[in-house]
Amino acid sequence: MTTSMTRAAMLGTVGAVLAATRLPASADALADVMKAGVVRVAVPQDFPPFGSVGPDMQPQGYDIDMAGLVAKGLGVKLQLVPVVSANRLPYLQTNKVDIIISTLGKTAERAAVIDFSSAYAPYYSAVFGPPSIAVRGPADLAGRTIGVARGTLEDTEVTKIAPPTLTISRYEDNATLITAFLSGQVPLIATGTPIAAAILARNPPIKPAKKFLLKDSPCFIGLSKNEPKLLAKLNAIIAAAKKDGVLAGMSRKWLGYPLPPDLPV
Amino acid sequence: MTYQFHFESLAGYVDVLARGALLTVVLTAIATVVGLAIGVAGAAARRSEIAPLRVLAATYVELIRNTPFLVQLFFIYFGLPSIGVRLTANEAALLAMIVNLGAYATEIVRAGIASIAKGQIEAGLSLGLTRRQVFVHVVLVPALAKIYPALTSQFIIVMLGSSVISQISAEDLTYAANYIQARNFRSFEVYLVVTAMYLALAAGFRAIFRSVGNRVFAHR
Repeated sequence: MTTSMTRAAMLGTVGAVLAATRLPASADALADVMKAGVVRVAVPQDFPPFGSVGPDMQPQGYDIDMAGLVAKGLGVKLQLVPVVSANRLPYLQTNKVDIIISTLGKTAERAAVIDFSSAYAPYYSAVFGPPSIAVRGPADLAGRTIGVARGTLEDTEVTKIAPPTLTISRYEDNATLITAFLSGQVPLIATGTPIAAAILARNPPIKPAKKFLLKDSPCFIGLSKNEPKLLAKLNAIIAAAKKDGVLAGMSRKWLGYPLPPDLPV
Repeated sequence: MTYQFHFESLAGYVDVLARGALLTVVLTAIATVVGLAIGVAGAAARRSEIAPLRVLAATYVELIRNTPFLVQLFFIYFGLPSIGVRLTANEAALLAMIVNLGAYATEIVRAGIASIAKGQIEAGLSLGLTRRQVFVHVVLVPALAKIYPALTSQFIIVMLGSSVISQISAEDLTYAANYIQARNFRSFEVYLVVTAMYLALAAGFRAIFRSVGNRVFAHR
């Protein structure tokens, strides 16, 4: 089936759906944001300390602060759009948000469909499990079961390094992954250091200990492809925040360690 | 229209889609058979002369029909391990589908049984049939024939509702869709294809149910 044939067939059946859907605008995204007077940012809500709901029911975290910083830098109002790992990119691709600030790591697959700003936060992924399980590297995963949140960087990484006998259980989001680990459904999980810290903070009977590092993958702001003006503006905001120590303060406040000096630009 | 479809980006994932569809079909088939058996037993229990049995069946039906399927699924998968019952994602999904369908089927079969005129039952008994024979031949089979369309609709609803089992990492058709979408980011294409697959599955199941119904209830 050729693309044009498919398109012709689609037009008849889902034309109405398409008409109602705003697809990525071909116009200048920065100009659109400035005109609307509001920037729509995809942020995590199940991912402390990057994004979670605070005791006052307001979103809080590193990514939330970063979104505020960007809105301030652009001089527009901020609209937070809660997303989970798996639907971050579709939200941007279908123009439901203008940018993604949601612990987004850079991968070749993602770079094929969206663009990335400079890095604004450090992030490490690793395999975690209770001390009783001896896993020191990918080879030790053979015959075991590991949990990941679907569509995350860890999902991709573990799939890449997985021995053939490793069973990968892919959960809907980080909250489900944490529950699966705590209820003993999966003995091992591959996730980011913040998630493991969040599990530890609950003082569970099964304590996740770091087994081995999967990837050092800092967070980037995701934006639609071919938006040089918006990209330049975002990079300027990040560079300024690095220079005046705002990012360093956010890193100490939310992550508990200083901002690494080698974040990729 | 500015959107360019890239269905070729799905080419490498045909086996993932096929495996997902297969699991959806298998789970639905087992849940249909076992759920129907529970439905008949439950309906019989609801009109039983033993009061505790009636209460038990009524409680089961009300409990399941008045709580969300997703919560039932989470209860089985995440809750039961606390009391030592650890099921795999697929087992938990199957159990949730059976338990859920069983409750609805009980209510549907019960409605069918209630539609059988009392005179027919008395006629059966007066002809010297045993109570069991009356239940099977005079009550159950005619009742099933009457509610068969409603029952098959419920089977389809369970099949479509099973799309949420991917939440607990069961690898059904929706899981396949999410898995592919998380890798090639072609969400429109993926969900379009999977929607069509669900439609085809539902149509297929309906055709099978219709042919089974025509055979089983042929003399009616």
